Amino acid sequence: MRSAVVVFPGINRDRDMARALRLISGREPALVWHGDAALPPSTDLVVLPGGFSYGDYLRCGAIAARAPIMDAVRDFAAKGGLVLAICNGFQIACEAGLLPGVLMRNAQLRFICRDVYLRVERSDTPFTRGYNAGQVIRVPVAHGEGNYIADGETIARLEGEGRVLFRYSSPDGIIDPNWNHNGAMNGIAGIINDRGNVLGMMPHPENHVEASMGRTDGRGLFAGLVDHFRVAA
Amino acid sequence: MTRSLKPRPVVISNEPAITPELIAEHGLKPEEYERILKLLGRAPSFTELGIFSAMWNEHCSYKSSKIHLRTLPTKAPWVIQGPGENAGVIAIGDGLAVVFKMESHNHPSYIEPYQGAATGVGGILRDVFTMGARPIACLNALSFGDPKHPKTRALVAGVVAGIGGYGNSFGVPTVGGEVRFDRRYDGNCLVNAMAVGLAETDKIFYAKATGVGMPIVYLGSKTGRDGIHGATMASAEFGADAEEKRPTVQVGDPFSEKLLLEACLEIMAKGCVIAIQDMGAAGLTCSAVEMGAKGDLGVALDLDKVPCREAGMSAYEMMLSESQERMLMVLKPDKEQEAEAIFRKWGLDFAVVGETTPTKRFVVRHAGAIVADLPIKELGDEAPVYRRPFAERLNDREVDAASIKPPVAVADALETLLGSPNLCSKRWVWEQYDHVILGNTVQRPGGDAAVVRINDGPKALALTADVTPRYCEADPFEGGKQAVAEAWRNLSAVGAQPLAVTDNLNFGNPERPEIMGQFVDCIRGIGEACRALDFPVVSGNVSLYNETNGRAILPTPTIGGVGLLDQFTKSMTIAFNGEDEAIFLIGETRGWLGQSVYLRDLCGREEGAPPPVDLAAERRHGDLVRGLIRDGLITAAHDVSDGGLLVAVAEMAIASGIGAVLEQPPGIPPHAFWFGEDQARYVITTKQSQPVLERARAVGVPVVPLGATGGTLLAIAGERPLRIDDLKRRFEAWLPAYMAGARRPRAYSLTRASAS
Repeated sequence: MRSAVVVFPGINRDRDMARALRLISGREPALVWHGDAALPPSTDLVVLPGGFSYGDYLRCGAIAARAPIMDAVRDFAAKGGLVLAICNGFQIACEAGLLPGVLMRNAQLRFICRDVYLRVERSDTPFTRGYNAGQVIRVPVAHGEGNYIADGETIARLEGEGRVLFRYSSPDGIIDPNWNHNGAMNGIAGIINDRGNVLGMMPHPENHVEASMGRTDGRGLFAGLVDHFRVAA
Repeated sequence: MTRSLKPRPVVISNEPAITPELIAEHGLKPEEYERILKLLGRAPSFTELGIFSAMWNEHCSYKSSKIHLRTLPTKAPWVIQGPGENAGVIAIGDGLAVVFKMESHNHPSYIEPYQGAATGVGGILRDVFTMGARPIACLNALSFGDPKHPKTRALVAGVVAGIGGYGNSFGVPTVGGEVRFDRRYDGNCLVNAMAVGLAETDKIFYAKATGVGMPIVYLGSKTGRDGIHGATMASAEFGADAEEKRPTVQVGDPFSEKLLLEACLEIMAKGCVIAIQDMGAAGLTCSAVEMGAKGDLGVALDLDKVPCREAGMSAYEMMLSESQERMLMVLKPDKEQEAEAIFRKWGLDFAVVGETTPTKRFVVRHAGAIVADLPIKELGDEAPVYRRPFAERLNDREVDAASIKPPVAVADALETLLGSPNLCSKRWVWEQYDHVILGNTVQRPGGDAAVVRINDGPKALALTADVTPRYCEADPFEGGKQAVAEAWRNLSAVGAQPLAVTDNLNFGNPERPEIMGQFVDCIRGIGEACRALDFPVVSGNVSLYNETNGRAILPTPTIGGVGLLDQFTKSMTIAFNGEDEAIFLIGETRGWLGQSVYLRDLCGREEGAPPPVDLAAERRHGDLVRGLIRDGLITAAHDVSDGGLLVAVAEMAIASGIGAVLEQPPGIPPHAFWFGEDQARYVITTKQSQPVLERARAVGVPVVPLGATGGTLLAIAGERPLRIDDLKRRFEAWLPAYMAGARRPRAYSLTRASAS
């Protein structure tokens, strides 16, 4: 799997992401500068990583969504290429029109960093094939603006078409406001676009990939993607 | 795209006359002004007066503290750079070095909590990456006033949000620290921020300029009118007008700092840099003077070249601005273009603003005129030094534990203490800090020390920040020793070899002999402990004048400790590991209640001598625990500190959800045994009692069996059993409930209960 991690000024989880990709795919990802016009040839996966692109000034993701490289990312997605957008990347993807909805400030109006539980809703996508449907994984979140909101029609479509891949849950997989730290509608932690090739999610699976560091719940996402491309090849 | 329109220089011709009032407003004493007249042989210009005030204030010159700081041990075979540079540097093997320092931002944080705390983090991060290190962790030690004081809640909210706002955006994990509340901080909160970075030992960068005629380059953000006289403000006590000092607080921009980090590391890697100094306190003035003075060189600056945020800034304003995210560098002349290209790529300002000269003069030009021409050594490293009078304190007498009648049962006391402001969980605070970014956080906040893996391992750093201010007030010498010993103990408790410390010395007004006495004795204590434990001081910061209306803070010499683990996978945690494991207390218990949290919070008595620190015992006990961890003989370890033994055991139970059955040996009143704060103690658990006992016996370390882990209760012989889940609820409840009180009741309906 050839990955390209887009680096906007102010992005700061690019190294975490590069390490996860290196460890699991066995290949160093390309780092692509925001001012570039093109992605490296034969890129399989584009990653919009976490951080504070442009300081999150103006509005999270709003400036990065208009960076030169984003035209290439939109083209890539339009041709069916896989895009993984995490945390600030999710916010950028929403601002860039790759995903519907918006990430508002957390309901408690504070930045929150903690491990959360996610229920994996489907396992028949390239992003979640490393998990079982209904499986609960534990991964960290670290954001001040992760409260997913969209209009009623959009939410109904997302739910109706099975486009919610991850939901905040209890350790037993129960969807419960007490286990939804940011107030996201329907406990939405991660969604895909209508074509199913762009995933946006707030939590950080890339921070839980090494057994020696304690947990490996995030590995499934990357291992599943590697499998997806291996099978496709 | 950052090439900006240059503001047209405007000559300020109506500079104020130098009057005694103006001199006093600049924080200069009449005798200091006399010294200036003598040095110059003439009256200074307004700009020169500003420069002297910036360089000779307490914050920048260390004039009251210098002679005492010189007594601290600063050397060891692993020390690469001790105090005097932007940060201290120690070697950790494999060609790697750890660069670290702690610094206060107390005065600004009280006036403007969010920006004050944020720029405190920004400043200390800059100190670390100025030396060529990539920051890998931050810690902080925060002291606030009485929770009931009307300002406290807003200060906590603002400071914590500011620290998180800066560190999270910059992209460094904030992994540990401490938070305390005491009415003595009502008028002056303390914000001590520590940053730790990683560099290669042969690629460390220093402030000392070398070579004549070398270009001096300004890098980073533009200069604005914020923070003018910040350092002078931080060198005076507060009166009723503290609020009016808001404009002296800088405004932070973590985004620019992140760009500055990447750009600086890139030009350092390309070998462009001769010397580098960040613009922190006293901005352009201090950085330029320090680079020249350290290199025995003169510096000529042309202010017309300085990138400004607004037009019409005077020389005075430019020299004293504390706008953030700026650096000054001496570049290799042949690398100037390469360096400029890198800065342009990152969208940052880059301007040659001067050069080094052979004259040892600091010459500043603005709008065609020389606005300052001063001797650089006397401004910088030969600034005034004071030997202030100090009074020795009559220390409090020892409190006899038997004379303290326990107000409540042991179980009730534990419940109260775990739910009290000082001993409760600080999760509400550290969850607002990204503590997992960079993917190397082995131990998150909440344990004895944070553990951060180095690159891909196997080594790791252990990091902690500690001090017990009430001990320091009751007996500054023992208190100074205790702060170092507790840091050393916390590092040992996770299995690390303690290597070095940074000290952040927060005190009141040094012109009062009793405050100066606290300062001098705390330093003596710190020095003694650091020598005894081979734990040298490699960097630090002094914050004096933490007083409001003549009332000083508790003496608070925060010690930031750094230790090294060879195998990060072997780091030890405080959580009970499993059922039916033996619990032992390592160290001697006399039941020392003087200055204990128990005596203060349950008996309402702040008195007595603090527990004495036996440094030889500290060393013996710590070495034993570290060895037991290294050899895999124990399964959990926790140092015993504030609140005493039972609080330590309860924290181990709460962290794991596993209970314990406990029994105390005879001879000591129960409340003194469980809540006394004798030093040099650890609680450990093990599945291999025999080898542990044998090892302890072999080195003469007392070990007391306390009981065994298991179940869901904390069952103390003769006491009401306590449910662990209930203790945990109490432990976690206080701070969120307190902070929620800040909101208007209406907002409750919008707020969902959070997961614990």
